[in-house]
Amino acid sequence: MPLSIDKTIDIHTRALSLQARRAELLGANLANADTPGYKARDIDFRAAMAAAEEGLAGGPLAVTRAGHLQPAGFSPDGEILYRQPVQPSLDGNTVETQVEMAQFAENSVRYLATLRFLSGKFNTYLTAFRGE
Amino acid sequence: MSLFNVFDTAGTGMYAQSVRLNTTSSNLANANSASSSIDQTYRARQPVFGQILKDPYASDGTAVGVRVLGVVESQTPLRREYNPGNPNADAEGYVYMPNVNVVEEMANMISASRSYQTNVEVMNTAKEMLMRTLSLGQ
Repeated sequence: MPLSIDKTIDIHTRALSLQARRAELLGANLANADTPGYKARDIDFRAAMAAAEEGLAGGPLAVTRAGHLQPAGFSPDGEILYRQPVQPSLDGNTVETQVEMAQFAENSVRYLATLRFLSGKFNTYLTAFRGE
Repeated sequence: MSLFNVFDTAGTGMYAQSVRLNTTSSNLANANSASSSIDQTYRARQPVFGQILKDPYASDGTAVGVRVLGVVESQTPLRREYNPGNPNADAEGYVYMPNVNVVEEMANMISASRSYQTNVEVMNTAKEMLMRTLSLGQ
């Protein structure tokens, strides 16, 4: 069986980019915790990851002319959804700082875990290459 | 690399919250600035926040930060107090007091400083994530 480094590493890099995107979204939610009318956004990580694994996302279609469009609902990082608030505030803001903070912390731990997996993979290959 | 955007986003959040702290301190400092006419009396000021959209033309675009749309003056009526000893008193002995609610301002101050701290926390976490990414493979 030929060794496919790309295949084993690819899933982790996809996870990393999704988690980085998610950190960006959650950071924006926290920055807008006091903005009237702001609706908290997030991505369904599980669905986005499943789509990436099955190759359903498949990457964006090639855009070679100005009129070319992406399929309806296409987003390179999975669909960006709206958070369902437990206690929305009167001014229409749906950011709940404690929820967002918990999600942000969880996301960053998962990011660090993915990094750990990736560096484990690198070490495995290094060991195999050296053949010691 | 999208993690760098987290710094910008948290930065806009910290800026907005510091404007809010600034107006709060201005309100508290002027809470007792009596004056002799309605026009010259200090009125409580509050910043109004709005989101910065990544793509302003998208129908449901995501935000990449927060900005201060403006600072509005409170429309609450001013208090008219009888205080003939005040050098600013008018002919009838009345002075006008600012419409600053000190208790409200204190609550506002705590809320602003907590939100500021949250943004600092976000920035620190993003920094940690980036530093670990940089040391990948070492």
